[in-house]
Amino acid sequence: MSTHNLEDMGCGTSSVKDMRSEQVLKAALVIQNWYRGYSTRLKARQRYALTVFQSIEYADEQGQLQLSNFFSFMLENYAHIHEKDPEIAARLFGSTLQDYKDRQDYVAFVDVPNSYNGPRLQFPLTFTDIDLLVDAFKQQQILHARYVLEVLFETKKVLKQMPNFTHVKTSPSKEITICGDLHGKLDDLLLIFYKNGLPSGSNSYIFNGDFVDRGRNSIEILMILFVSFLVYPNDLHLNRGNHEDFMMNLRYGFTKEILCKYKIHGKQILQILEDVYTWLPIGTIIDNEILVIHGGISESTDLNLLHRVERHKMKSVLMPPTPLDGDPDTNVKKKKFNATILPREVKTSASHSEQLTKHEWEQVIDILWSDPRGKKGCYPNTSRGGGCYFGPDITSKVLNRYQLKMLIRSHECKPEGYEICHDGKVITIFSASNYYEEGSNRGAYIKLSSGMAPRFFQYQVTRTTCLRPLYQRVNAIESSAIRILRERIIARKTDLIHAFQLQDRSKSGKLSMSQWAFCMENTLGLNLPWRSLSSRLVTTDTNGDVNYMSSFQDIHIQKPVKEAQSTLIETLYRYRSDLQIIFNVIDSDHSGLISVEEFRSMWKLFNSHYNIHIDDFQIDELAERMDLNKDGSIDFNEFLKAFHVVHKLDKLNKSGSGLA
Amino acid sequence: MADDKEREGPDITVAEFHKKIKDAFEVFDHEANNTVDVREIGTIIRSLGCCPSEGELHDLIAEVEEEEPTGYIRFEKFLPVMTEVLLERRYRPVPEDILLRAFEVLDPSKRGFLLKEELIKYMTEEGEPFSQEEMEEMLSAAIDPESNSVHYKDYIAMMVIDES
Repeated sequence: MSTHNLEDMGCGTSSVKDMRSEQVLKAALVIQNWYRGYSTRLKARQRYALTVFQSIEYADEQGQLQLSNFFSFMLENYAHIHEKDPEIAARLFGSTLQDYKDRQDYVAFVDVPNSYNGPRLQFPLTFTDIDLLVDAFKQQQILHARYVLEVLFETKKVLKQMPNFTHVKTSPSKEITICGDLHGKLDDLLLIFYKNGLPSGSNSYIFNGDFVDRGRNSIEILMILFVSFLVYPNDLHLNRGNHEDFMMNLRYGFTKEILCKYKIHGKQILQILEDVYTWLPIGTIIDNEILVIHGGISESTDLNLLHRVERHKMKSVLMPPTPLDGDPDTNVKKKKFNATILPREVKTSASHSEQLTKHEWEQVIDILWSDPRGKKGCYPNTSRGGGCYFGPDITSKVLNRYQLKMLIRSHECKPEGYEICHDGKVITIFSASNYYEEGSNRGAYIKLSSGMAPRFFQYQVTRTTCLRPLYQRVNAIESSAIRILRERIIARKTDLIHAFQLQDRSKSGKLSMSQWAFCMENTLGLNLPWRSLSSRLVTTDTNGDVNYMSSFQDIHIQKPVKEAQSTLIETLYRYRSDLQIIFNVIDSDHSGLISVEEFRSMWKLFNSHYNIHIDDFQIDELAERMDLNKDGSIDFNEFLKAFHVVHKLDKLNKSGSGLA
Repeated sequence: MADDKEREGPDITVAEFHKKIKDAFEVFDHEANNTVDVREIGTIIRSLGCCPSEGELHDLIAEVEEEEPTGYIRFEKFLPVMTEVLLERRYRPVPEDILLRAFEVLDPSKRGFLLKEELIKYMTEEGEPFSQEEMEEMLSAAIDPESNSVHYKDYIAMMVIDES
């Protein structure tokens, strides 16, 4: 039955009025039908854009975790750096922080000048300090480094006394509020406090990890949460997330935020922060029924072991326990590279008393990194590269093992801010609205008390007073997603062209949609709806065939040095986040400089481990040219900044440096 | 490959449709277990370029649901039904001129616009009425705030550009 034919008057209608109302009915149907189709297509585009963001985010995380292998490799073989700089090994394995007993001693040399206009905290902290901070941060003030250090110092002291899992009780008159990832979005935290009230003795909160990275106000969020914790240690519960990890912060922006906001004391802040992270509890258990942890579980999750484990030995997800001395693998690798034996000091600091066992480490990784999925069983989490995917049967098994009823976790962005799965046994709660882009998703929080069903509250922070029309919001998200996808594509230009040409025997410059999609998926390793995205990425001819070179038209990578080859540039661009992290770790005093010698050796190691096949000679040349002062040192931030993607159609600014 | 076009037949079309449908389905298959929430089926079907009315959508859902509805639609059931829909080119989108005439029916005095109240009345009282959310959404893009009316010719033109 077609609703399109307005001429069809039907039969037997006699009065003009009837005819008119039938016409109106049909017209309304046409418009409604059209609008609904249009509106759902908009929403589908929005969903596609989110899929793009998410795939790239997880692929990035996988890259991050692969770095851990590289670090182990580096430490085992790069003796040269160790001889010159045992600090690196110490930095990675032990705490270089001197143990101060007194807060005053710790901040003795940090003065707050009279000219400082920001908030001044008073120890011992009270609820007035919470109000003070919230007001100050609303006005975009920055808390002085001295107070930051003091808060971190005190927080570490109090956290040390907390067990791995905090047990809380609720009652009908005392509900608890659970929030998920905030990722440095201060507006969301302020909105939650506005809607739900500040934390207090009668208003308990659990913050389920990932307070930092990506957003611009990670330090402000930490300060509000830590101060609230110090004032109400029994009512403000903090669980560690996978981003409460100094290695993740190096890549995802928090380290940069601190070094920018605190130019003088940033290093000191970063140092103590590393420690504070390790003392964050692993999870919370509510009413002996509900387990609240950041990521998820695995088949082998052992809550008893996790209750006992020395959690502060988990420095970073990128630093798995190293193998034993005399481990056959280590010796083989050493022989291969002709490296000198590692100095004694390094070995002893890597002793087992300072690390978790491999099994313990894996247990914690599972808690921080796993994701629930519909498929039964437990599988390695291949998107992120760490933790696992766990099915509804695993959830039932583990919950039953410990007589628990429900798992509340975060870690994944959900369009509605929350999602229920596994027959109501698993809830995902995510509190950073507009996570990928303005309009990408809502944030949410849960309120619950024993005996009552959990209640969900959603919100979405918006800069404007009235929401833009849906199509404008979707266009913005879509453009953003396509933009970062195109950056991925250009970073793999040589490999992609190679793959295309293999399929294009007749050298016509065209491929079928199927062939194009196949090449894209295989080369980029991103599982995306390529056919649906194709109209935004390539041009097609009248037959529906793809002009595969058209993706590379309006975009190129800026070459820092003109003569450098494309493949070199692409590789460096692709790995620039990894390189940045490695450089940051080597540069333990955060001076921003590494020696040309270190750069060369670093690159050679990286090259061999990642199997990159870039000529050492080319790297040497590049290093030479990047040493602008000719003083034997490279400002690697400048080096990395030099690699950025230029979108030719950008009239306003050059594109930024990627996701971090 | 481009030179193989002549040898293409219905098989290739079906295969391409299958891939397209699978792609669209996967985006909404959050748990990666080849099922989607039944409430997302409308979005999936429409994202594939079809424009069923609400009534037609309900019929389609009935075809792909389990005998005892579970709230989820399985891909195995969805694929053949959706392939037929695409092959038969069912539920084609509304052509621009038909859409324009529909607006003109609602504007018999040929002013070239509809007042906000009029649009609300027609959309929420006639046909397959809009929900409040749908109405607000449409108004946010369609209404010219100065005149508080929808100049439908311009509105249609804008929407058409946005879709292409």
